Amino acid sequence: MNGFAHLPILPVVWPLFAGVLLLALRRAPLPVQRGVSLAAVLALLPLALALIDATADGSHLVYKLGNWVAPYGIVLVADRLAAWMLLTTALLAGFALLYALRGIDQEGRHFHVLFQLQLFGLNGAFLTGDLFNLFVFFEILLLASYGLLLHGGGRLRVKAGLHYVVINLVGSTLFLFAVGTLYGVAGTLNMADLAVKLAATPAENAALVQAAALLLFGVFALKAALLPLYLWLPAAYAHTSAPVAALFAIMTKVGAYSILRVYSLIAGGDAGPLAGLLDAWLAPLALATLALGMLGAVAATALRQQVAYLVVASVGSLLLAFGLGSADAVAAGLYYLPHSVFATAALFLVADSIARGRGRLGDAFESGPAMPNARVLGGLFFVAAVAVAGLPPLSGFLGKFMLLQAALDTRLTAWTWTVVLATGLLGVIALARSGSLLFYKTHGRDDAGTQVAPTTAALAPAAGLLLLVAGLTVWAGPASDFAAAAAAQLQAPQHYIDAVLGEAAAGDAR
Amino acid sequence: MEALIALVIGVLTAGGVFLALRGQTFPVVLGLTLLSYAVNLFLFVMGRLAIGVPPVISAAAEGYTDPLPQALVLTAIVISFGMTAFVIVLALKARAELGNDHVDGLAHEEDR
Repeated sequence: MNGFAHLPILPVVWPLFAGVLLLALRRAPLPVQRGVSLAAVLALLPLALALIDATADGSHLVYKLGNWVAPYGIVLVADRLAAWMLLTTALLAGFALLYALRGIDQEGRHFHVLFQLQLFGLNGAFLTGDLFNLFVFFEILLLASYGLLLHGGGRLRVKAGLHYVVINLVGSTLFLFAVGTLYGVAGTLNMADLAVKLAATPAENAALVQAAALLLFGVFALKAALLPLYLWLPAAYAHTSAPVAALFAIMTKVGAYSILRVYSLIAGGDAGPLAGLLDAWLAPLALATLALGMLGAVAATALRQQVAYLVVASVGSLLLAFGLGSADAVAAGLYYLPHSVFATAALFLVADSIARGRGRLGDAFESGPAMPNARVLGGLFFVAAVAVAGLPPLSGFLGKFMLLQAALDTRLTAWTWTVVLATGLLGVIALARSGSLLFYKTHGRDDAGTQVAPTTAALAPAAGLLLLVAGLTVWAGPASDFAAAAAAQLQAPQHYIDAVLGEAAAGDAR
Repeated sequence: MEALIALVIGVLTAGGVFLALRGQTFPVVLGLTLLSYAVNLFLFVMGRLAIGVPPVISAAAEGYTDPLPQALVLTAIVISFGMTAFVIVLALKARAELGNDHVDGLAHEEDR
């Protein structure tokens, strides 16, 4: 066994190890803590790249914990989709942490520990091949996210945090009900084994399995902030600290990832009671989410609230792509996913600098004083807004173009084109209005309070995230090829099942 | 026995949902606790109910009960216990920061 064989588990245990180490170092000097935390996050990048490289040929890396064969033991499975998500997370986390190092990590205790545990939960959720393990990793990332969301305290933050925690606890309970029902019927929780067993469910259990699968969809939709379960998101994201909001840009995508992963396996085949289960739900709800999220962005009264609604809209676009179901549409969604993560995260970071630059008014949409260093800040806001609104030449436009093209040969063509183009226009209007209000409609600074000029260190992480968006545009060819390959891999779940359970057959033969 | 267990889970869930929809944080926390009790019982019985049989292989055993739900429910209990502790502390913090124990932190002049 070479060292390469342990690659799939490294992105999971590495942040856990770093988190525990940081807990032990909590009395160490601040530069030491920050250095360890940053080094741990940066180390995830080569791991994610190595996984991208290892899975690029279409193979599934199956890691058997304790060397117990599936379906009896727990497996981690790395394929193209998992590697793609890991790379997105690692890049985003690096820039979010860089922004936090400016002092936000000192507003409360244990920021770096919670940050690492959050990454532990995220990476675990992307890699696990077991439904109950998915629940456990969800709980880990949620518990860390509760701590991060409330980091620094404050009245509005606590109020939004309470709603976030309570609704996610209800979601966890429903997750367990769904998992329990599936186990009660199929007798397994390994996702590959579940796919085989559920496809062969006898007719008398079909309704039970469908109910459990739809309950599970409800839970994932809650995490992804799909209509009508998105009401917790705007308040929570708008009131937390900027680096946390930026990191949370990936959190809704965990729900979208889970929908894609679980339903491509258990509802991917043509046979069985679950075939085509989400067809009637996912795409229409995603269209409605996109429309309402964008309306919320138009109606928002503060910049961070507007960005939070843009996150909802991006989830709508993403799940629309997954809901259309064809390989092209899923590929468009997978190309759009890192773009929307980086762009909304950059906008959250810019919004924080804007709020600090406007003193007492913060990021409220009211005519206020001119900001110090407004040219650079305005330039960054403009580029981030172009990226988020999906205007050419950045990757948001390419992603939406691929989505529209993929929608041509589905039955929702007219709906998709209408809603995507109309919400695109609404997004441009909303962001143009906020930009002109914040940067042009200014008056004297007599009643402003303390205005903080953004430093280079504050602007660099946002600029870095926008460079990633630009990179996604320049290297759109390789990126969309990889996304298309990942989508093709998801359309053929049998390979995943064989990779996980084939190990069992080989193990029996030995 | 199945009917009794089903009834217990149903009543716990109904009570949990009712309390979780209340306006004060304390009933909401109680409701979440009842919901987690209900789901723990539910997970446990998903291995089917069996009396007096061991979960681990033994020569004298006439039958076995499914050990996996027992392991799952232990995990779920630990997680829900930690979550309950967290949400209680958060509710206390919200009471201190918001000045009342309503889940929406009502009647604060700055919010209007």
